[in-house]
Amino acid sequence: MHRNELGFWIAVAVVLAGLTVPWFLWGSATVVAGLPVWLWWHVGWMGLASVVFWVFAQRAWGIGIESTGDDGSSDGRVGGPGRTRETHSGGDSS
Amino acid sequence: MNAVTLQLTIIVGYLLIALAIGLVAYRLTERTAEDFYLASRTLGTVVLLFTTFATLLSAFTFFAGPNIAYAQGPEWILVMGLMDGIIFAILWYVIGYKQWLLGQQYGYVTLGEMLGDRFGSRWLRGLVAGISLVWLFPYVMLQQVGAGTALEALTDGAVSYELGAGLITIFMILYVVAAGMRGVAWTDTLQGAFMLVTTWVALLWVLATVGGPSAATATLASSPDTAGFLSLGSSYYTPQWMLSTAVTIGFGVAMFPQVNQRFFAAGSKAVLKRSLALWPILCVLLFVPSFMLGAWAAGLEVAIPEGANVLPLILDAYTPTWFAALIIAGAMAAMMSSSDSMLLSGSSYFTRDLYRPFIDRGLSDSREGLLARGGVAIFATAAFVASLFQPATLFELGNAAFSGFAQLALPVLLALYWRKITRAGITTGILASQGFYMASLFVAAVPGSYAGWSAGLVGMGLGLLVTVVVSLVTSPAADEQRAIYFDGLGAD
Repeated sequence: MHRNELGFWIAVAVVLAGLTVPWFLWGSATVVAGLPVWLWWHVGWMGLASVVFWVFAQRAWGIGIESTGDDGSSDGRVGGPGRTRETHSGGDSS
Repeated sequence: MNAVTLQLTIIVGYLLIALAIGLVAYRLTERTAEDFYLASRTLGTVVLLFTTFATLLSAFTFFAGPNIAYAQGPEWILVMGLMDGIIFAILWYVIGYKQWLLGQQYGYVTLGEMLGDRFGSRWLRGLVAGISLVWLFPYVMLQQVGAGTALEALTDGAVSYELGAGLITIFMILYVVAAGMRGVAWTDTLQGAFMLVTTWVALLWVLATVGGPSAATATLASSPDTAGFLSLGSSYYTPQWMLSTAVTIGFGVAMFPQVNQRFFAAGSKAVLKRSLALWPILCVLLFVPSFMLGAWAAGLEVAIPEGANVLPLILDAYTPTWFAALIIAGAMAAMMSSSDSMLLSGSSYFTRDLYRPFIDRGLSDSREGLLARGGVAIFATAAFVASLFQPATLFELGNAAFSGFAQLALPVLLALYWRKITRAGITTGILASQGFYMASLFVAAVPGSYAGWSAGLVGMGLGLLVTVVVSLVTSPAADEQRAIYFDGLGAD
């Protein structure tokens, strides 16, 4: 469940970045209301990105970063048990 | 009042307002290093949003951006939108939010400090700070060159280049030393809002004069030189070039000290959430008017001499003198709001990650605050002196700074998300990609482009590869804290 959700948001991020430039309009010189149509796409896409970021912030904020109680299974796959927190030193101690 | 006096009055008035804000912030400043560097991690949405915005966008947005659009067409808007509006926003969450949580938990103030703690290595900490300063210093110098040149051009030489750049430097030192991050963030907010408003007024003014966007675009289409501007892509704007530029600058921005340090400064999670959602809109609101003005200028009958900046000339032609001066003040604002933050961050990298670990480990907090203020003055003065001589090597480094910083991004990302990374892995990864990228700039045998993809992007891939491979074949050092970026994060 958690994994699927993470995958979903990664896919959203890739699509958002991937279509910020409307590659499918490559070479198009159509002008609408004084601006090239590919620029209108871009303006609209940035507006959409804002909405998507807002929804992400409301629904899924913290995913992939915050450790919650139930995703110990996915976090425990590397590193193994017995990890202990040491004192904070900023590397001063070495 | 003649034109030069009027322009100078506006610019000096503007500088005084910025200084006044700095002094108000000074009254709230505590004498600790954390307050000086990060305003004690208390920034709210509007201030965080605008300080990041104004810091990100330098004199480059105002001058070089419109120049590119003027010479090559408005596709530059798409490149900037992708790099700043989307890629940087995603990194703001992926790198920035994690850094913010770690900063809250462990009190980190700089990137080097955060990495040094995880990998148990003050050498890594010093390496990250040292590399950052190598790229940062020439970039600050370029901003001063930009300001000095703009003032000299605006006043027809009445204010010399040296005087202009010197004036700006002194103002910046005054308010950064007095007020630290809080003062910088507040003046950034003013500067960011000012940039946005003046750019839109400029756009509407010019469009009203030439008969609206359709008329302006029609003049572009009717000239054989610029007819190609309206179709997406050209021999300059190839997909490889657009993607290379957007990716390297987008990642580079996130590693720029003054931007990276802002990742630590948000007051709360809610502030970060709101900032992220508003970010793409803010970017597009500035990029479209600013770069379209540059592109439209190519179709209008404004003579632009070789090497001159487009924006001031088009404003000179279409708007009154006082307004053109306001826009130059806006450009100064853009330049200063980036430079002041760079001075502050550069100074914090130096005192915290180089001076304290290597020269005086017992440095007290209040002494560090004092040292940081001295660092700001020295850094600014040195960059100013360099801007008088303008050595070619520094120019090249400054222009390449974004790609230089981008070389740090992937090893840092791996450190934040991949548990198997080792100290040897990240150190060699950083050294290899920096070495490769430096070589592509200064060693003729190393090319700058690979089948259309830039050396900056190839270097990022190299850094990623080396970090992963070396991490897999080495085992972690005894004093690495491998779980520190993972366990109990954000679980409050």
